[in-house]
Amino acid sequence: MDISTIIAGLLTLIIFTFLYKDNPFYKMAESLLIGVSIGYVLVITWTNTLMDMLFEPLFQNAELTLLIPLLLGLLMLGRFSNKTVALSRIPIAVMIGSGAGIAIPTMLYNRTIKQLSASVMPLFLPDGSFNFSGIVVIVGLLSTLAYFYFSREHKGKFGSFAKLGTFFLMIFFGTTFGYTVMSRMSTFIGRMEFLLSDFLKITQ
Amino acid sequence: MNRQIPLIVCFSFGLVMFLQYFSNHTISRSVNLAILDYWQIIFAFTLIIGVVSFIKVNLTKISRRIDRPYLIVGLLGMISMPFMALIWGIKADSPFMWMFENVQAPMASTVFALLAFFVASASFRGFRARSLQASILLGAALIILLSRSNLPLPYTEHLSELADWIRNYPSMTARRAILIGIGLGSLTTSLRVILGIERTWLGGER
Repeated sequence: MDISTIIAGLLTLIIFTFLYKDNPFYKMAESLLIGVSIGYVLVITWTNTLMDMLFEPLFQNAELTLLIPLLLGLLMLGRFSNKTVALSRIPIAVMIGSGAGIAIPTMLYNRTIKQLSASVMPLFLPDGSFNFSGIVVIVGLLSTLAYFYFSREHKGKFGSFAKLGTFFLMIFFGTTFGYTVMSRMSTFIGRMEFLLSDFLKITQ
Repeated sequence: MNRQIPLIVCFSFGLVMFLQYFSNHTISRSVNLAILDYWQIIFAFTLIIGVVSFIKVNLTKISRRIDRPYLIVGLLGMISMPFMALIWGIKADSPFMWMFENVQAPMASTVFALLAFFVASASFRGFRARSLQASILLGAALIILLSRSNLPLPYTEHLSELADWIRNYPSMTARRAILIGIGLGSLTTSLRVILGIERTWLGGER
């Protein structure tokens, strides 16, 4: 067995010890994970963003327009001192403003219009049969939207309709929960498979 | 002035990015791509702020003898990655990638797998069919779980069909309603930000 498998196996076992109770070994592994993850992201961001997108094109190819993001990035470092913290608001303004500008048409199109158009289905299928699922979709969409409409009190017929929306929401939460459990379980099975076959060699 | 200039910058960039959506002109496209690149570069600098803050907070705690061994391990882990990348590079067989594949990835996926137990224990305590809504939630979750398991159940085929129908129609329609709500909420918040009505992002008065 190579050293890589031993280390990966031991660390996996140490993380699983948390199932019994919190202990110093788990805390140590947790701190190591946080540190290594930050270090990894830092290196990848430095290589893929700062070197590839900024420093190399700027200093090797003399792309002078890149002085703008360099200046904005340096202004961001103004957060380190109380005297210069106001300067960091300019790059934040660039990010927030451009993000908001992109979000308006994107959200309107992808999150609203596209979702609405996908919900409108024919009530009769090509063979002439009634499309029950189409009715479920329309009623579900309208009733769930009614539940999120807070400008009118949820009373009377409107209240009942909004309550119907909660049933659809519960179905959504239930299915999402089911899939979340399945994904966590499949990851757990993967780790157990690694422990039992690669690390402990109990199964093949 | 400390607040006026950022507000003007925010409005200008917001307007430019909004208008470029309606244009297919080469200049408009290149401005869009350039600003998206600027985003990534500024984000990289914010990461530096985060890392420096992480080191400062940890060093302060270490000097106060709070959780000293764990924080030292965390700091060493963080410093070791750039150190290894600097000396041996980040190619496939480098020590940096070895650390990623044999230390970070196994631990990260194991922590992720731990959640299976916590989700199971939380659902055992929380999933009581106390009301009609709770029963519907429980029923939908059970149908999905049973349909995706390999248990030798009767009517497995019908269960799978029912799970697909639930996912594609009643569940999807609620998801769409939530997405529409998010879309409209983001739209109004973005408008408020660009027009300077929403100013919380400016922070304190300094």
